[in-house]
Amino acid sequence: MTDPRAVTAISLVGLLALWVVAAALTADPQILPAPGALLGPFWAELTSGELLYHLSQTLIRVIWAFVLAMALGVALGIAMGRSERLNRWLDPWLVVFLNLPALVLIVLCYLWIGLNETAAIVAVTLNKVPNVTTVVREGARALDPGLDAMARVYRMPWTTRLMHVTLPQLAPFIAGAARSGIAVIWKIVLVVEFLGRSSGVGFKIHMFFQLFDVGMVLVYALSFIAVMLVIEWAILQPWERRVRRWRTA
Amino acid sequence: MIRAHVREKRFGESRVLSNIAFEVAPGETVAILGPSGIGKSTLLRIVAGIDTAFDGHVETPERMAIVFQEPTLLPWRSCLRNLTIVHPDLSEDDARAMLGRVGIPDKAGAFPLQLSLGQQRRLALARAFAGRPEMLIMDEPFVSLDPETSETMLALTERLIAEVRPATLFVTHAREEAERLGSRILELRGTPATLAPRLVQNGELP
Repeated sequence: MTDPRAVTAISLVGLLALWVVAAALTADPQILPAPGALLGPFWAELTSGELLYHLSQTLIRVIWAFVLAMALGVALGIAMGRSERLNRWLDPWLVVFLNLPALVLIVLCYLWIGLNETAAIVAVTLNKVPNVTTVVREGARALDPGLDAMARVYRMPWTTRLMHVTLPQLAPFIAGAARSGIAVIWKIVLVVEFLGRSSGVGFKIHMFFQLFDVGMVLVYALSFIAVMLVIEWAILQPWERRVRRWRTA
Repeated sequence: MIRAHVREKRFGESRVLSNIAFEVAPGETVAILGPSGIGKSTLLRIVAGIDTAFDGHVETPERMAIVFQEPTLLPWRSCLRNLTIVHPDLSEDDARAMLGRVGIPDKAGAFPLQLSLGQQRRLALARAFAGRPEMLIMDEPFVSLDPETSETMLALTERLIAEVRPATLFVTHAREEAERLGSRILELRGTPATLAPRLVQNGELP
């Protein structure tokens, strides 16, 4: 078996089969409904517009937090990777934030900013910025000094340098941070919604958790996983291929 | 005109360069010769303004170009973009013409890693001359090329220098290269390295 797509398909079918077997063994749809049993509720949520509304609410929060965390993290990472002095000052903060549990940050943001959208997005962003910064800092430390010298001698303005010299070198690090970032962010967004929003997948899961409706929890969770897979395949992977074009050319 | 006076350059405790002063007039080509590890590249980096931690002063014209030992290209941009990013005033037609001048007219859309080392060196040369520099610095530009490519590159560099006439300072460890391109040779000797003036090509002392 060498075709990677076939392997992926078979592996996913295997997971589905495992679920079917587990559901049959459990023999209690209250605890673990069979995959087929979710189709009805899924269709009902989809046609009522509920599912799409809450998916889009979550997606908007994910996008906001992702863009903010990447922008801040990349800027900080470059600055800290380039300036040893700045790094000495900010590194302890980074360690503190890296070790601050997501839940603590979320609760504090809600307490200090209020139970609103700003608090939710700030909480998710602050949770992700330290990771992005750490990864990009490694990249900024490994920047090619030869290209730096070249840019200096040819008096390239800093915007040109950033666009054509610095960011392309950091691309693999930024792509890595984005990859792991998007996965972590959507999970934290769900927690934020669970704790303090009245819309989004996390909110719905909270609601169905209180009703002990495992089927609906799975419907919302799986729908959002599907959305994230589409983003991965339709946006992240093609973008990565594009920025890596020069290597494989 | 390049005017350089390096009173002293240290790396930590060790003195690398001491009391080196020279001038390079517009259109003049000066070769710096010396064994490897003596500080030739360090001197070039000081003159190019890349290394500013030294005692002394350097005066250089505004439009500067450099050719490193390694091609030092932007591998993620096409050959054409490698010229137009560094020289934003250069039109695309002029950039294409420059690629033609250095013998890679069909490589405009290619990425640098798709080129051979010789072709990458040509692109680096095109980048250096595309801005019609008043001053050119070259650090062993023909090293690790086969003799034939090295000869072609040498001839090409000679032609471009004759046409653009920058004040050129270049480092080499090959005496033939120094004698062929250089109108004057400066030799670095000793620890810390100092200048030993050598004969000019027509046999007079400088």
